[in-house]
Amino acid sequence: MKYTMLIYETEADFNARTNDEQARYWGAWKAYHQALVQAGVIAGGHALQPPVTGTTVRVTGGKRDVQDGPYADTKEQLGGFIDLELPSLDAALELASRCPAAAYGAVEIRPIHTM
Amino acid sequence: MRDSYGRLVSFLAARSRDVASAEDALGEALVAALRAWPLDGIPERPEGWLLTVARRRLIDHARHDRVRADGAVTLRLAVQRAEEAAMQPEFPDDRLKLLFVCAHPAIDPAAHTPLMLQVVLGLDAGRIARAFLVSPATMSQRLVRAKIRIRDTGMAFAVPGAAELSSRLDAVLQAVYAAYGTSWDDVAGADARLRGLAEEAVWLARVLVRLLPSEPEAHGLLALLLHCEARRPARRGSGGEYVPLSEQNVTRWSRALIDEAERELTVAAAHGTMGRFQLEAAIQSVHAQRAVTGRTEWSALALFYEALVRCAPTLGALVGHAAALAAARGAAEGLAALDAIDASSVARYQPYWAVRAHLLAETGADATEAYMRAIALSEDDAVRAFLAGRAGAAAERPGAPAT
Repeated sequence: MKYTMLIYETEADFNARTNDEQARYWGAWKAYHQALVQAGVIAGGHALQPPVTGTTVRVTGGKRDVQDGPYADTKEQLGGFIDLELPSLDAALELASRCPAAAYGAVEIRPIHTM
Repeated sequence: MRDSYGRLVSFLAARSRDVASAEDALGEALVAALRAWPLDGIPERPEGWLLTVARRRLIDHARHDRVRADGAVTLRLAVQRAEEAAMQPEFPDDRLKLLFVCAHPAIDPAAHTPLMLQVVLGLDAGRIARAFLVSPATMSQRLVRAKIRIRDTGMAFAVPGAAELSSRLDAVLQAVYAAYGTSWDDVAGADARLRGLAEEAVWLARVLVRLLPSEPEAHGLLALLLHCEARRPARRGSGGEYVPLSEQNVTRWSRALIDEAERELTVAAAHGTMGRFQLEAAIQSVHAQRAVTGRTEWSALALFYEALVRCAPTLGALVGHAAALAAARGAAEGLAALDAIDASSVARYQPYWAVRAHLLAETGADATEAYMRAIALSEDDAVRAFLAGRAGAAAERPGAPAT
């Protein structure tokens, strides 16, 4: 089955990408990504720029409404996603529990809707 | 058929990973059997016949299911076909896998036990709703939602690895105990399906012990069920009347089952970690001692119940604790313990009212209303007759308030 692993991070985590913690931050992600590549389960995905770079669009009554910032103002924000090809939810949960963000943010597993 | 039902559903679901459609396909196969068997005669291997038909239905449904066009299910089922051709007279028993799926942390915990009772042990939703004191509509909805989740999230049908096992095991043990409890309430043994359910629960407990010999709580559960099974013949008098535990003829208890229960409890205790089922089994073990010593150590019982209330404060534990306190230190203490239980939670709990009535009668207070409520909540004729007899005796006792 195909799943997407949605990675949620706090503001501090986004900051850690560029401040003096960046070696630790990227080190953990590099190791994790490498493990996924070696397991041959990655089917796509991206890390995302911090939520302040997001722009949200809604169309109401034919009128375009553009706002700066992410669509929802929550403590944890979407920091990236990884598409996975795995035999079961349990396999995905096993990988999710080893994801660096599981220890400081949250990781959600969603099955992909195939058309 | 119930015994087969759980095995057939488990076998089908373990391959399609879709409990609801496995149940549907088996249902359709049973309808087909009702049409075919009277004409063609019952096949040599009825279960194999049902499986073949159900599997065909599953494949058809998967093919027509446009929403899930990825074809993964169709493919998986087609691969299984080869296996089917080579199928032995005995098909593998996947009930344990299904039990662990039902206890999956990605499913609403309130659905764990009901799901197991329905899909593994074949109980109908109405009876499960009664056992869980919720409306049938609420229960049906809970079950449907859980099955959709099992299908759409793609849960693995497998016994979990060591890291996951113990947390999932807890839910499985609770479900097996709930299944046993459901049959235990049928004192009369009139309902053959429920009698079978008790045997199945004991069977599952044995399988769990075999599979997980180093889990003390699995041994504890088996010990508990065996102690209860040992007393089954003594729960009824020669005339079919209900006999409460304290008045049971101990010579009618099964010595062999008690011995086996004690051995399991010893194995559990050797691990040195206490738990709910070990405590429940220890309580039954104290009761079993009466067969040897001729008396019940109520203070020991009160102590075990106190520990049980601390680690698993179920209604049953709270009421049991009150009853043990009453026997050890007097009815007043027991009544005080009953009063401390949240009143809204006991409105439909029969043992609460039975114990309350008994203790009120003992103190000479008016027990009529409590007896009436206990009787109204009893599903068994013999239990109702027993309580009515007690109520009558209490009302006639000198000093009892006129009603």
